[in-house]
Amino acid sequence: MTAPTTGLAAAVWAALGTVRDPELDEPITDLEFVSSCTVSGDGVAAVRLRLPTFFCAPNFAWLMVADAHDAVAAVPGVTRADIALDDHFVSATINEGVAARAGFVASFAGEAQAELDELRAVFLRKAALAGQDRIARPLVDAGATPEQLAGARLGDLPPSADLDRLRRRRAEVGLPHGPDAPLLLHPDGAPVTAEQVPLHLRRARLTRVGIEANGHTCRDLLGKRYAI
Amino acid sequence: MYSKDGENYFIVDSHMHFWDASPQNWVPGRENLAKGWIDCFYGYHQLGPPETHWDWEKYCRYSEEDLMHDLFEAGHVDVAIFQSTYLKYWYTNGFNTAERNHTLTEKHPDRFITNGRFDPREGDAGLAQLEEDAERYGLKGVKLYTAEWIGDSRGYKLSDPEAYRFLARAQELGIKNIHVHKGPTIWPLDKDAFDVSDVDHAATDFPDLNFIVEHVGLPRIEDFCFMAVQEPNVYAGLSVVIGGLMHARPKFFAKVMGELLFWVGEDKMTFGSDYGIWEPKWQVEGFVDWQMPDDDAFTDYPRLTAEGKKKILGLNAAKLYDLPVPPECRIRTSADEQERPGEQLVTDAAAAGSP
Repeated sequence: MTAPTTGLAAAVWAALGTVRDPELDEPITDLEFVSSCTVSGDGVAAVRLRLPTFFCAPNFAWLMVADAHDAVAAVPGVTRADIALDDHFVSATINEGVAARAGFVASFAGEAQAELDELRAVFLRKAALAGQDRIARPLVDAGATPEQLAGARLGDLPPSADLDRLRRRRAEVGLPHGPDAPLLLHPDGAPVTAEQVPLHLRRARLTRVGIEANGHTCRDLLGKRYAI
Repeated sequence: MYSKDGENYFIVDSHMHFWDASPQNWVPGRENLAKGWIDCFYGYHQLGPPETHWDWEKYCRYSEEDLMHDLFEAGHVDVAIFQSTYLKYWYTNGFNTAERNHTLTEKHPDRFITNGRFDPREGDAGLAQLEEDAERYGLKGVKLYTAEWIGDSRGYKLSDPEAYRFLARAQELGIKNIHVHKGPTIWPLDKDAFDVSDVDHAATDFPDLNFIVEHVGLPRIEDFCFMAVQEPNVYAGLSVVIGGLMHARPKFFAKVMGELLFWVGEDKMTFGSDYGIWEPKWQVEGFVDWQMPDDDAFTDYPRLTAEGKKKILGLNAAKLYDLPVPPECRIRTSADEQERPGEQLVTDAAAAGSP
């Protein structure tokens, strides 16, 4: 849908822009997962979400609906957040569970053993790895040596949207993200030595290719499903 | 066989189906699940070239004549391998059972191979069924859905002790090809159906079995590649990679192929059309014509030669299934020498103390 530009609806839309598909690491607004977003005169925000297929993994679907609920409910002036996921095989369970703040395990009684924090962390770590390729690739192309790359600190790099994104992902998952933090980090937070740079960058690029290819496939499937 | 520019390609479609998703086969009360499943497939179907799209009714249930035509008359396929998928929770007679598939194998034994399935959660009864199926269908391979629901269980892992019992029995029965579905999911909840670490364990402990990870490129190409580079008996099944990306997203298809060639190598990749999700004709022709782009972003990916394409389109699978290859389609083999640049890099990194 087209983004609302005025009033409370615009603020709600902006809040939805902070909600990401955990695996694709992109905002649900950019992915066109938000099919409608309206706010009534008394501050009730009604948001409808949709996904690329009927069988999208329920754990990811749950995270997006729950995050949308939290983000929208926190917008000043919103009196209630009504978030509904449409056309999904467990829409009703997810919508009711999120609205009641019941938690994933309680909502899928007998079918889930754990909340989804670890799943979220796994994909944040991947996003933080993929982000290193986005920053390092132009440096490699410009002739940076493994020693230079291993020694590069975030504070030394030119400002960019990709750099901000990398720092936020690291902050979310508890990895060093200040000006002194190394650009290249293993997923466990250990710095990358010059000898390890070639393999590390190959892995970072592979992770980025995987995430981005999935993102395109999801866009294509959503486009076919909703003729957009 | 497919011939182009003086090269002959022996085509093994190592991942295809003969399904029945028609409304008559939907379990009463679960129509939404049965329809949702085939609609999900239909979405993937529409990522192929527009002139190859079917209408939805045909897609739900195509005929034997359609299949024979699309694979063997039009599609250049020499041998096709059925990967059986049951889904009896919402398809009354099953979606794509070994029994239904095998009706075609019996008629055309030189054209088809029927692969079976097992589920370690079925215990001794499941083992007995596997033995029966192995004899009835002459099984050389099975397709496993580790994320399939059974009762209260939301899936299993290949590394579970019970799964090892089945793998050991499969090996005794001469079933050496284990196709594992790690990709678009059935319906696991918190269990991550895409996690491939269990394949790593099983591949190490069963070095005489081959593990073909289907649809592996997507969605977790990175986990798969890190694992496959260290396991000589792990293969990348390209179904969905070619069908889903080559036409719809050619740039990402090139990147995904580049990564797979680097980490896994052309000796460890197998073609599967995933028929009827897509027809093999455009996939085979398109793949033979495909070349890695020359742009800067692709310069350090390995190139794929006609020889490499021959391996991927058929010779690798022919080797796994002991299929005779006509002399004009053979190539000089490199005596099992691996072509995996990633292997050397990982070895070097290990020597350098990479965590």
